[in-house]
Parts: sequence; C-alpha cells; structure tokens
Amino acid sequence: MIIDHPLLGPRDSAEFVYLGDACLIERPDWQDENALDAFHDYLYLRDNPAGEHRELWFHEQGDRSWLVVTRNTLTHEITKVELARDVARALGRSK
Amino acid sequence: MHYSVFKIISEGLKGNTGWKPQWRDPEPRKEYDVVIVGAGGHGLATAYYLAKEFGIRNVAVLEKGWLGSGNIGRNTTIIRSNYLLPGNEPFYEFSMKLWEGLEQDFNYNAMVSQRGIINLYHNDGQQAAYLRRANAMRMAGADSVMLDRDELQKLCPFLDYDNARFPIKGGIMQPRGGTVRHDAVAWGYARGADERGVDIVQNCEVTGFQIKNGVCTGVETSRGPIKAKKVAVCVAGSSSRVMEKAGIRLPIESHVLQAFVSEGLKPTIPGVVTFGAGHFYVSQSDKGGLVFGGDLDGYNTYAQRGGLPVVEDVCEGGMAIMPMIGRARLLRSWGGIMDMSMDGSPFIDHTPVDGLYFNGGWCYGGFKATPASGYCYAHLIAKDEPHEVAAAYRLDRFRRGAMIDEKGMGAQPNLH
Repeated sequence: MIIDHPLLGPRDSAEFVYLGDACLIERPDWQDENALDAFHDYLYLRDNPAGEHRELWFHEQGDRSWLVVTRNTLTHEITKVELARDVARALGRSK
Repeated sequence: MHYSVFKIISEGLKGNTGWKPQWRDPEPRKEYDVVIVGAGGHGLATAYYLAKEFGIRNVAVLEKGWLGSGNIGRNTTIIRSNYLLPGNEPFYEFSMKLWEGLEQDFNYNAMVSQRGIINLYHNDGQQAAYLRRANAMRMAGADSVMLDRDELQKLCPFLDYDNARFPIKGGIMQPRGGTVRHDAVAWGYARGADERGVDIVQNCEVTGFQIKNGVCTGVETSRGPIKAKKVAVCVAGSSSRVMEKAGIRLPIESHVLQAFVSEGLKPTIPGVVTFGAGHFYVSQSDKGGLVFGGDLDGYNTYAQRGGLPVVEDVCEGGMAIMPMIGRARLLRSWGGIMDMSMDGSPFIDHTPVDGLYFNGGWCYGGFKATPASGYCYAHLIAKDEPHEVAAAYRLDRFRRGAMIDEKGMGAQPNLH
C-alpha cells in the first residue's frame, strides 16, 4: 500500500507502524463519573468495521509523524490522509 | 456415507457410481433448539459435540458460504499445546487429547500426524524462558522436552546452527505436536453432526438477530427467519461484523495472516520447526510441500490477501534458519482473516443478550483449538456454565484485569 503523506508525498506503507482505530485520539476524561467504563471501552472495544476505517499510522522510518489514514478494510483503498496533530487540534486538543 | 476397503473395491467394480454425498442439504426449518452461526471447524465441532456428548440434536448450523470455507481451509494445520499461562494451557492440552482420539471418535481419516513441534532458541535468556514454559506444560499434563544443540542437530541437520546473527543453541520440543489434514476435520465433524440429525444449512447468511427485551429468540437469514431457544455465534474472522447486528462491540480487530506452500520436495522436515528470533515456522505436508508462515500484515483488514512486505519478512526468517529453503520455489500463498483479540486469547462465553452465545477471538491459534473449542462451546450452550478448561475465556476479563496475555504485549491486537 502507498500512503500519500501530507508533507512528504506518497510513501510505502512498510515505512510505517500501525497502531489502530483513530478513536484512540479521543482519550476519555479520567475525572468523569463514568471514567471506568469509558476507559474500558476506549482501551479494549473496537468497531472493527468492514469498509471505511480511520486509523493511526506512525511514520517510524520517515519523519516520525502520526497520521490519520482513512482506508477501506475490504479493498485497502486509501481515500484520505491527515496529520494526526491536525485531527486532534480540530477536536479541541492543545497538541 | 461410510468408507471401507471393501466399499472402494466394490465401487471400483461398479464404475464408482454408488458414492453419495456425506451430508444432507436440508431446507432450514422454522425453529430449532440451538442455531449455530458459522459452519467452520469450530461451528461444526460444536454441533457434533452438542449432538454426541450433550444429547441436543435439534440443531441447525447456518453458513453464509459453503461449510469449511473459512479459516479451517486457510490455516497451516499445526496442532500443539505448548502454552504457558494457566488460563490457556489446560484448554489446549484438552484439545490435544481430543485430537489424539478424534479419528476413532468420528470415524474419519483426519491424518493426525504427531511428528513433534520444535521452537528454537538462540540465547540463554530464551532458553530459560523455554524451560519455564516446558515446566508449565508438564504441570498441565502436556509433554515437553528440552533439546540441546547436539540433540537438535540429530533431528534437524539442515538448520544453520552457526548463523552469525542468530546462532541456534537448542530448542523446546513437544513430541505430541504435529499436523492434521485440516479440511478433513471439517468434513468429519460435518458428517458426524449430520448423521445425528443436525441440519447443516449452507448458502444461508444470517442478516440479523431477533432480540426482544434483552433476549435472543432467533435469527433473520437470507432464507427467512428461524426461531431458536439458543443462538451460538461462531464466526471467527467476521465476529465483529456479525455481533454488530446484535449491538455488541467486541475487544477484537480483524487482521490478515499469510501462509505459503513451496513445490513438493522429498521428506526433509520432521514435524514443525519455528524460528526463535523472528517470526517464521515451517512444516512439510504429506504431498511434500513446505508449508510456512510468519507475522500478520499488521493492519485491520477483511481482504483475504496480504502484501509483499510480509512475504519478504517471512522468507528472510526462513533463510535465516534454513538457507536451503532458498532453493525451493514458492508454489502459492494465501491470506486468512483472524479475530485478533486484545490479549491474544479467545472467548467462549455468554453475551449481555440472554440466549446469545459467542465464540471467537482465536487470533492465529484457532485450528489447533478446534476440538476443544467445539466441546467447551457445546458444554456452555447445553449447561449454561463454562467447561472447566475454558473458564477463563470470558468477555469481561479486561474489565476484571484478568487478561490472558501470553506474549505480554498489552492491548495491541497486531502484536499478539
């Protein structure tokens, strides 16, 4: 697979390390009343869809940036690549 | 349909016109005591043991494709019980004992071949870890032998012992490990279940569950609704997709694992050999092909094919321990979809929905578990309590902090 890096252009997916579902960006609030349940679901449960999947890839053999890749798990077609930093900031995170 | 030497001779004289299908192709009825979703190895084994050991015969096994079309037909056929942790080892040893009696039990030639499995070690730390594992196996009633380099060299003279990077210092062997003719396992269970009255309904996709007030009363299928007192899902590889229809999220990701077969060679590899410093394992099929595999591709996928980087990685592993493999030509490769769970161990459990049961999360260890998985799942369905060797395979184990993490990798499915 070729991942079209927003800064570096098309790169071989073998340069990357895969983490998993991009929902991992949205870490629950540890002070919340339901923090125990929220962290259980956050850590252990996954949608695992057949089709479009937003996921985190780390460019370990490159510029060491985290990317959010939107990829189809049935065809491996990649439709969107974003910097995870931008995605996190859009969610209101400071970094 | 049963087979014997006399049958073969008499059929030979009659131009082989008398052979019949091994199981029926029934229309699904409106109602069953138990509906099993998925006619793979585990689903068919569950139906077989439900009928044979637990006396529940009003059972249907529903299959979207044809029976045995999933991972029972896409694995590398290895059986072993060389696990470490108390939640796992008794279960896999139970499975191994069932394998040993399987052919007599269902009267079908599954070609169970216990030629041994050897895990190589390359340094002192690994030797110590394997010794601990060998002792854990023995405590669970399994067999294990520590081999030093000289003993190993007699069994496997072809390995590259003095490799500069990964010298081979010895290995841990389970002599009762080996390989099985994988398709025949599905066929044997299917025939045995069918003979006892189980309806195996192929080309019948489950499209939804009938759930009212937290109770599952049946399934919707592409061939109409079917009522059932108990519904047992057994679709490893597609678990998340099916359980989503019941509104249940699972601690599972789907990943592809590739496997490879070389051209047929003369007998050269005794049993199964695994590399201790990378991920590579190899055995030899009865036809002579070297059957080998290695790591997952590492990303979520439902496509039954992998990429070239893993092909390269697996072949590098092969070259590192047995350079002669470089002379063999690769005949074919394929990929199968694994339920990779959050701790690398499976689930055989109730779900939050009454009357709905779940079996999955087999990672890449599902084939060897087939008989025990079927037996323990049947036990759970019939008696509504877990079999003692599968008692740790609960869906809520993460909440309780009772993970069964053989590799100690944490909640990262692609590393198990």
